Amino acid sequence: MQVPSHVEYERATSVEHALDLLARFGPESRVLAGGHSLIPMMKLRLAQPETLVDINAIPGLSRITVEGDELRIGALVRHAQLLASAVAGEHFPVLHDAERVIADPIVRNWGTIGGSLCQADPSEDLSAAFGALRAMAVIQGQDGVRTVPVRAFHLGPYETVVTSGELLTELRVPIRPGGGSAYEKVARRVGDWSVAAAGAVVWLDATTGTPTVAGAGVGLAAVGAGHFVAPEAEDFLRGRPADDATFARAGQIAAEHCSPAADQRGPVDYKRHLTGELTARALRRAAARAHGWPASSGAPRWK
Amino acid sequence: MEITMTVNGTQYTRDVEPRMLLIHFIRDELELTGSHWGCDTSNCGACVVWLDGTPVKSCTALAAMAGGREVRTVEGLQRGGELDPVQQGFIACHGLQCGFCTSGMMMTARWLLDHTPDPSDAEIREAISGQICRCTGYENIVRSVRWAAEHDGRQAGSGPEAAA
Repeated sequence: MQVPSHVEYERATSVEHALDLLARFGPESRVLAGGHSLIPMMKLRLAQPETLVDINAIPGLSRITVEGDELRIGALVRHAQLLASAVAGEHFPVLHDAERVIADPIVRNWGTIGGSLCQADPSEDLSAAFGALRAMAVIQGQDGVRTVPVRAFHLGPYETVVTSGELLTELRVPIRPGGGSAYEKVARRVGDWSVAAAGAVVWLDATTGTPTVAGAGVGLAAVGAGHFVAPEAEDFLRGRPADDATFARAGQIAAEHCSPAADQRGPVDYKRHLTGELTARALRRAAARAHGWPASSGAPRWK
Repeated sequence: MEITMTVNGTQYTRDVEPRMLLIHFIRDELELTGSHWGCDTSNCGACVVWLDGTPVKSCTALAAMAGGREVRTVEGLQRGGELDPVQQGFIACHGLQCGFCTSGMMMTARWLLDHTPDPSDAEIREAISGQICRCTGYENIVRSVRWAAEHDGRQAGSGPEAAA
């Protein structure tokens, strides 16, 4: 039987209350959102916080809105909620592609966006998606609010810039017209972590005869890419023709620069191969969406 | 700590440790043993119950998190002695052998049909894709849910009073 070790429980009713509780109980307290990463860690005694600060009852952290030229996603938004959000899917199909293959439908009902980011698992899909999108993380502490690029959010496996007295409150994704995005993942079965996964966002310049890549973002999960992104592939893409050859080469570059580890999900060469292929597929599908062409759903679905 | 929650319409208050998992609260404190405690790792879905109207894996939630909230378990499917169409479907189509996964499967199926009254087989399979059955090969579970969809005599989201 797996049960967490002894822990105290506090329920926060506002962000300020949560910050007060985190300050009062100190570095051995942990924020509890969906709990779908933290509670398994506590069962295995990999995490043994002294106090849990439950933020599930805080109003206002579960909204998905467009403000100005940003999509704003509250940290307490559930995976299922993001997957069902028409406004999120309209602007950033990569988020829906990724959410369709994160965990399973029941886990997605309760697991949160903020929790996924803060868990900082090296195989976490949204970190790659938000990295590709150059999203910003809004972090609130007792001294005020700071905004950190998702590309600078992770310090390493299971470690982020959010300090013990702070709370991630929101993700903000810049909306820039003319783009398309997509996510591709290979996993062993429903609910498992990625063997490898790639997210892509592409903006096209169609003013010339052959459309070229005006800008691109490439995110990678589970393959040891620094900050979950592939900047070398992004640099290569800029200004090149938006065609299959360009996307295939960008995939190769992403594969060369990541650092997968061999484990029960596969050897290094297999993961590199997947990285290249999935990056190319995500770029192709993102470009098709930027063109407004019909793009296949891509993510594995039951036939 | 003292926890009060509503389970199947009845309010319960118990004094438990904050570390107690929701599935153990339901089974051991309330003695509602229809929900099963399976893999303990949020993989198998035998422990699925509704929390504020949404299916969750209760081995991966603390009872404390459900304080002040509403829980629905398999014991809350039937009303007035009449089985829910989902339960009748599992009987009619042999949707179980050992029965261990059944309560979780039925809670997910009820939620699916409340939101998608006429699901395709693909939608049924996707809905239960986070739950494991080692007996049926899933075929009869899908048939059972289809049967329930065809015999659901009620509007989505309403009570089961009009159930066939």
